[in-house]
Amino acid sequence: MRVALFITCLVDAMYPRVGQATVQLLERLGYDVDVPLRQTCCGQMHTNTGYADQAVPLVRQHADVFAGYDAIVAPSASCVGSVRHQHAALAARSGDDGLRRAAAAVAERTYELSEFLVNVHGSVDVGAYYPHRVTYHPTCHSLRLLRVGDRPLRLLHAVRGLDLVDLPDADVCCGFGGTFALKNADVSAAMLADKTASVLSTGAAVCTAGDSSCLMHIGGGLSRDGASVRTVHLAEILAST
Amino acid sequence: MTAFLGMPARAPRGVGQLRGDLPFPAAAREALGNAQLRSNLGRATATIRAKRAAVVDEVPDWAGLRAAGAAIKDAVLADLGSHLIRLEEQVVAHGGRVHWARDANEANRIVTDLVRATGERDVVKVKSMTTQEIGLNEALAEAGISAWETDLAELIVQLADDRPSHILVPAIHRNRTEIRDIFRREMGRVGVPAPPHLSEDPHELAEAARLHLRARFLTARVAISGANFAVAETGTLAVVESEGNGRMCLTLPETLITVMGIEKVVPTWRDLEVYLQLLPRSSTGERMNPYTSMWTGVHPGDGPLEFHLVLLDNGRSATLADPHGRAALRCIRCSACLNVCPVYERVGGHAYGSVYPGPIGAVLSPQLTGAKDNPSLPFASSLCGACYDVCPVAIDIPTMLVHLRSEVVAASGPKPERAAMAGVSWVMRRPRLYTVALRLSRVARLFGRRGAIRRLPPPLSAWTRTRDLPLPPAETFRDWWVRTHGSP
Amino acid sequence: MNAREEILARIAAAVPRPVQVEIPRDYRAAGGEGRGSADVLALLEDRLVDYRATVHRVGPDDVHSRITAVLTGAGIGTVVLPAGFPAPWSPTAVRVVADEPALTPGALAGLDGVLTTCRIAVAETGTIVLDGGQGQGRRALSLVPDFHLVVVRAEQVVASVPDAVAELDPVRAMTWISGPSATSDIELQRVEGVHGPRRLHVLLVFP
Ligand code: SF4
Repeated sequence: MRVALFITCLVDAMYPRVGQATVQLLERLGYDVDVPLRQTCCGQMHTNTGYADQAVPLVRQHADVFAGYDAIVAPSASCVGSVRHQHAALAARSGDDGLRRAAAAVAERTYELSEFLVNVHGSVDVGAYYPHRVTYHPTCHSLRLLRVGDRPLRLLHAVRGLDLVDLPDADVCCGFGGTFALKNADVSAAMLADKTASVLSTGAAVCTAGDSSCLMHIGGGLSRDGASVRTVHLAEILAST
Repeated sequence: MTAFLGMPARAPRGVGQLRGDLPFPAAAREALGNAQLRSNLGRATATIRAKRAAVVDEVPDWAGLRAAGAAIKDAVLADLGSHLIRLEEQVVAHGGRVHWARDANEANRIVTDLVRATGERDVVKVKSMTTQEIGLNEALAEAGISAWETDLAELIVQLADDRPSHILVPAIHRNRTEIRDIFRREMGRVGVPAPPHLSEDPHELAEAARLHLRARFLTARVAISGANFAVAETGTLAVVESEGNGRMCLTLPETLITVMGIEKVVPTWRDLEVYLQLLPRSSTGERMNPYTSMWTGVHPGDGPLEFHLVLLDNGRSATLADPHGRAALRCIRCSACLNVCPVYERVGGHAYGSVYPGPIGAVLSPQLTGAKDNPSLPFASSLCGACYDVCPVAIDIPTMLVHLRSEVVAASGPKPERAAMAGVSWVMRRPRLYTVALRLSRVARLFGRRGAIRRLPPPLSAWTRTRDLPLPPAETFRDWWVRTHGSP
Repeated sequence: MNAREEILARIAAAVPRPVQVEIPRDYRAAGGEGRGSADVLALLEDRLVDYRATVHRVGPDDVHSRITAVLTGAGIGTVVLPAGFPAPWSPTAVRVVADEPALTPGALAGLDGVLTTCRIAVAETGTIVLDGGQGQGRRALSLVPDFHLVVVRAEQVVASVPDAVAELDPVRAMTWISGPSATSDIELQRVEGVHGPRRLHVLLVFP
């Protein structure tokens, strides 16, 4: 099965190790991974900040780049959410019906990493070993937009050596929210403070999630507070052996 | 040519309470500084969230009720005019009178004239966000008429000369000690004083409110209410409440004036079987609220001799005109979305500047006033989606917020941001340029200290005030891919 | 153009082509089982007790004596009885007042309690509906006095809200009562008793 990696702009620029881990993991599981280099960004930031018009060309580009793959996998619930829940609507509002169909076709075959592993690959044990105490933060877009449910937790449970601890008030937003973190920085920081307090209360050494964006936010807060808890993307844990 | 064919008619400025004095981020900053407020809100919203979850979970057909609740409202909105005409016919047929108000000013004028015609200078009021929306109390005061709020929470708010902060629990920002102090200080000034040794026990506080208001109820001759539902088919009005002050207002006075947004109409009597299950469980987390009153026009020998229904537009038809925004008019004001909202929980209702706070306020207020008058509200959300999950009429608030953001940008987008967004989009459409741009981000490594960036210039300083930013990596993902997996 | 015409014109312009929207009714509709059954009565009692109402179960022959006992036990000296209240149930040892001619609000406030029948009751939500029919009185009667004793016959108890809605006549003045008056306005702590009757007693009559 030819799988395209939808790397997402944030991972490409800031967290290449998350992309590398995703590639290693998928290759280890026997997939032929391709990274179409003409991909750039899904346009979510533009859409969610009110610049839908600027997002439409990015939707077109995305639909074009990823047409024809069996499966498209991304290590980000948020970006998959954008592809699945925004792209076709953006295309429809721009009045381009061909684009709407193309975007919908790509969306149908786009998976967030844990969805792909559990639903397409069909196994929760991916042969990982990670001897650390870990707590999992379900990001809003994985929880409520994609409804990945307990898939990430099942994957984490199957990792050898991993000690999984529950995060209190796990389903509450960490306060990232894209440009919300800048436009409403004070509220965002207040939400972050509660989230980092929850993380610290678990005694975990690692906080993981399915979105590098939220982890950048949580990790930024932990780092500023001088906490030793590290933020590690789910893909990195599942890739490690 | 007529006015309605031009710009959609929004709620007018200078009257009522749909616009704040400060943009949301500034108002929120003030609220965040109030530790008392935050702890009250945190405790209250956590309690009510848990209660709601418990009573919703015990309903096996909740999803079906929710789908019906959304569809019934959509059916009304798809043909609102016919439903209103039907409602009017039925109310009139049963001895009521119906008045139409294009906006807040007109509604205030209608109600003021109706009260004046009775010769009364005092009216009792029950639970009505709509009358707060239009600033009715202030309008009545200008005409020399005192409007007395009778919900316990509204009474607290009115006595403290404060503003409500929650749809359902307007005094959620006050704790028992503050309430006792307000009662002791203010009750005697306007009527029956608080008992001399009033403690902060909620039972005693409720008793004080009972005594204070009873004298008023027994002598009131005019009452003003809102309505939760109005049935087009039969002309039946419904008010849902807990304390009994609603029943007092709806049955004891001779004249009853009900002010209702035009979106509150439902098609048939049967439809109430849906909302009377959805509303109490979503709002107070009860299986049913203590009292629901229903009346149809005037009932000889039972209740008011005169009934007036004021149908209010005030920006609702303009909201209806937007196919991407009109679902906000489904809202039954249960406040479930407020209680689950992590933003609302931390800043409270006042920061939203409008009588409608929280997630629904962030979409409804800008729609009623036009996005230009409330440009910061659609951004007052992290788009976490908790509101959509709990909404009993399935309003997709996050998607609507995103839609309104684009309206705000279209109306008034800040110029540097617009240029930046256009620039980024332009680069992102050009993969080669984009690859180069990503490499250039490595420059930021120069700003770093000890593996992280701790200070950036505005506007990114908003990030680094409370958060570190990791250093960009030495090699982007795509460069690694090309290096390890072959040709570009 | 007057306000009515203008609002209707705005609405017409906002939605130029009114459409019919299908309403899915995938929920438990009226006609559910169990009217007056032991399960439904037990559920009603459970809900009422949860609201801190007091429930008394009686057989049909003991209604009169139980009413008298509940009223005297609660210290009720004067009770108002609506027109049409079954005469054989009329309490003794308590002063009974009729609402004829209609009592003023002040006079109602001076009474200790009110005794009524009801139209229907909903078990799942612990709701008792009064619609002004025989023995129920106008709405103010069951509101102003501080104590309300309501007689509910087993066959009047239905399972769900749709069951009740299907039977009720919407153009009657109605009060749906679910427990005593209550507020949660102070720190969300529930307090029974604000303006409506602070004590609600329910007499459940079994066949
Ligand atoms: S938007 Fe939905 S959840 Fe929020 S108050 Fe309205 S009906 Fe309730």
